Amino acid sequence: MPEPLLRASGLVRYFDVSAPWLNRVLERKPRAVVKAVDGIDFEIGRGETFSLVGESGCGKSTVARLAVGLYRPTRGRIEFDGTDLATVGSRREMLPIRRRLQMIFQDPYASLNPRWRVREIIAEPLRTHRLLSGAALDERVDELLTQVKLDPADGEKYPHEFSGGQRQRISIARALAANPEFLVADEPTSALDVSVQAQILNLMKDLQRDLGLTYLFISHNLAVVSHVSDRVGVMYLGRLVEVGEAREIFRAPRHPYTRLLLDTIPDLKMTRREREPVGGEVPSPIDPPEGCAFHPRCPFANERCRRERPELLAAGKSAVACHAAEEGRL
Amino acid sequence: MSVDSVAAGASGKEAVRRPASKRRWRDSDLWWSFTRSKLTVVSAVVTAVIVVSALLAPVIAPYDPTDLSSLSLLDAMIPPAWEADGSWSHPFGTDDQGRDMLSAILYGARISLVVGAASVVLAMLLGVALGLVAGYFGGWLDTVIMRLADVQLSFPAILIALLIDGVAKTALPRDLQSSAAIAVVIGAIALSYWVHFARTVRGSTLVERGKEYVQAAYVTGVHPLAIMLRHVLPNVLGPVLVIATINLAQAILTEATLSFLGLGVPATQPSLGTLIRIGNNFLFSGEWWIAMFPGATLALLALAVNLLGDWLRDALNPKLR
Amino acid sequence: MTPLLEVSRLRVEFATRRGPLVAVDDISFTIAPGEVLGVVGESGAGKSLTGAAIIGLLEPPGRIAGGEIRLAGRRIDNLPPEEMRRIRGREIGAIFQDPLTSLNPLYTVGRQLVETIRVHSSLGGREAREHALQLLKEVGIPAAEQRIDQYPHQFSGGMRQRVVIALALAANPRLIIADEPTTALDVSIQAQIIALLKRLCREHGTSVMLVTHDMGVIAETADRVAVMYAGRIVEIGPVWEVVHAPQHPYTVGLMGSIPILGETRERLVQIEGAMPRLTAIPPGCPFNPRCPHVFDRCRSERPELVPAGASRAACWLHLGAERPVHA
Repeated sequence: MPEPLLRASGLVRYFDVSAPWLNRVLERKPRAVVKAVDGIDFEIGRGETFSLVGESGCGKSTVARLAVGLYRPTRGRIEFDGTDLATVGSRREMLPIRRRLQMIFQDPYASLNPRWRVREIIAEPLRTHRLLSGAALDERVDELLTQVKLDPADGEKYPHEFSGGQRQRISIARALAANPEFLVADEPTSALDVSVQAQILNLMKDLQRDLGLTYLFISHNLAVVSHVSDRVGVMYLGRLVEVGEAREIFRAPRHPYTRLLLDTIPDLKMTRREREPVGGEVPSPIDPPEGCAFHPRCPFANERCRRERPELLAAGKSAVACHAAEEGRL
Repeated sequence: MSVDSVAAGASGKEAVRRPASKRRWRDSDLWWSFTRSKLTVVSAVVTAVIVVSALLAPVIAPYDPTDLSSLSLLDAMIPPAWEADGSWSHPFGTDDQGRDMLSAILYGARISLVVGAASVVLAMLLGVALGLVAGYFGGWLDTVIMRLADVQLSFPAILIALLIDGVAKTALPRDLQSSAAIAVVIGAIALSYWVHFARTVRGSTLVERGKEYVQAAYVTGVHPLAIMLRHVLPNVLGPVLVIATINLAQAILTEATLSFLGLGVPATQPSLGTLIRIGNNFLFSGEWWIAMFPGATLALLALAVNLLGDWLRDALNPKLR
Repeated sequence: MTPLLEVSRLRVEFATRRGPLVAVDDISFTIAPGEVLGVVGESGAGKSLTGAAIIGLLEPPGRIAGGEIRLAGRRIDNLPPEEMRRIRGREIGAIFQDPLTSLNPLYTVGRQLVETIRVHSSLGGREAREHALQLLKEVGIPAAEQRIDQYPHQFSGGMRQRVVIALALAANPRLIIADEPTTALDVSIQAQIIALLKRLCREHGTSVMLVTHDMGVIAETADRVAVMYAGRIVEIGPVWEVVHAPQHPYTVGLMGSIPILGETRERLVQIEGAMPRLTAIPPGCPFNPRCPHVFDRCRSERPELVPAGASRAACWLHLGAERPVHA
């Protein structure tokens, strides 16, 4: 395998959500730590789309923010093209890397500064990295607007004059401005209607093909993930439970949690099957279960699952963190 | 679908046409809510009349109250024009020195307004800067600034102003005391009002800082200072305008209180508060007009500005619309 | 069978200073006893407002500007607020997207259930509590005996939505209006709630108007589906027919734009453009600027719902000429 563009190894990120010191002392509350990301490893090769999928609170958005340096890891490394992001000291040293990686956010209403004209928003990365100025800058902004299927004249407007889908296009244009190689997309379509979602997904695919982009795609929607991804990682309570080729995972899921997720997708083809959905809910990441975090909901759990945390082990084309899969009990 | 987005859509359409900014303003929601409220229009007119005539005092005032040579004790204590002994040459009467009350009020209002406006601007600059820094950088800076604000907020503003005014005046060399008096008053009032601005700006900064457009700027590599000034600042200024308007009324009243207590602007440049203090001496001897007219002007001005501030707060708050 | 709910020519307007905006434009549909009608559409299509209009919870400046709503033959759109309040809960239950807005944070869930039960029935205190407990068990709250005395914030999102369903069912209403009941929930919880809603309504014989943007939820739950676009119903019919043989070009595009698991397509079908804003709905068919089959008549004359396949569609393609629509 060629050198990956992004590599996470032993990545851990905790958040301290303890009550203020005085309350802890007076009310005898312990320190509380959310283990948002609790030791994960993955690699993303150039030009591929790697997706992280899971339910809310599984840590997938935290991984996205770790990947672009919005958070620093508590432990472990996140390397972009061989450089460990945590070791880059100053903002100035970070700038050349910043130019190469960009992010698209979930909420099209909060991700654009409401007081700026669209032209200024899209030009910001170009100005920050001093790539272009004057007429060349204007030209590039026009080109970007056209690239995301907007009109160059739209540059003079303010974000509130656009619909959610159009705003997401503006976000994409801004992300593309400085010719990055790597885009992190955190739930880029979950705030959009389905027909608009289709437009954005198609656009992202076209851009990937034309510009050779690498995507880290974060979503809770399995159907969307199966549509866009080359490889997929399934997350549960801060851990990867299964990683592999998208086709393989959706065709033959191995981890019981992946199976549960696949089974919960409402069926458009309507076989009108009576599903008896798996009960239970995701436990709190402050106090995750011992052993395998999924064991309270897992039909295959045994004593070992309750005690020992399973590691991610290669199994065929994918890797699974499950004792039952390892022992062939599934 | 919310009505808000419908309305946003409508105003968005207007903005596309972009004829002159004038039409855009006439078409805006702010103008619309302004014209719908009679009380607001009246307040605006009252404020405008007082402000304009105060600023034009040297032009429109019939006499120059600071020109001691023009004063004559023979003209002292003339009652207002409609009283038995009144004369239309002094419509609001004269004081014990023979000063024309109308002229004194116009000049006094000018001082009151200048001191009020300057101290609010100063308080705003200070408060916005500190609030922005506290909210954006957080940590110990935030703790220090906001605890200081909390402490100051637990004392009445007038007490703080008195304290600062007193300390500053004694600290200054004697020959500077009268010439710097106005600056000291402005500084004292500003230092007692910055807290409102700082707290509000800090709150909105915390909200804005968490928004994705700020994260996007960070990911792009924009300098933190540029993020603070170019992204966050413009988005936290809305409520500042409201506080500034309401605080203007309060600052004018605070200045009047200081001057009434004899601690404000020097007697050679009487503000409305000074005039009321002088008039107060004659209130019970029958010369009611010397205190009453400056007092009424002050009350009217403060009330009108306050009502404008209230309207602005409601008009800019989408939740109340 | 006489319909339980009959909506005819309903029109909802918003008064703005630039004149009224028509958010729901002249729509008619019925719901039979025990039937689940799905109402699907994108944000701003008017689907939630239709639901709000039926239970009398339109917020000003929104108002019903025309048409009739009948519940079991009785007209309910012009009732005084006091009477409408009695109908809400007793005859029509409501489930909203955010369970927190339906629950009072200051009272225990038991107290809220008991109150609702007692307002709408003649049960005494103890019997009402028994019934409340029964309901909580029925909606699958584990350890209901303990949890009945807990406050809403002590429940997780999925459990809260179960409580809301219990609350909606408390007075045994004949119709439940469920507005995006699963949208705020995680996928695995979504499936639980849908299964629960389906089972309960079948057991109680309750009719449901299920408002959602998620075609998958509709496909699994509804008997019939109404597709809304720009304040109008563009297609209505049995859910199987609408999903497998959509008749209106908008429905065709909508179905094609949904990614399907395990189906490998390079590109999704995409409808160009976006739904018009209420301030700029084009004359004629509101879909005409985005429609691949548009012709002159679409731009000038508004199509009514006409039979199309096994459904009805508001599209000129289906009038007279037997021209099939292809995806």
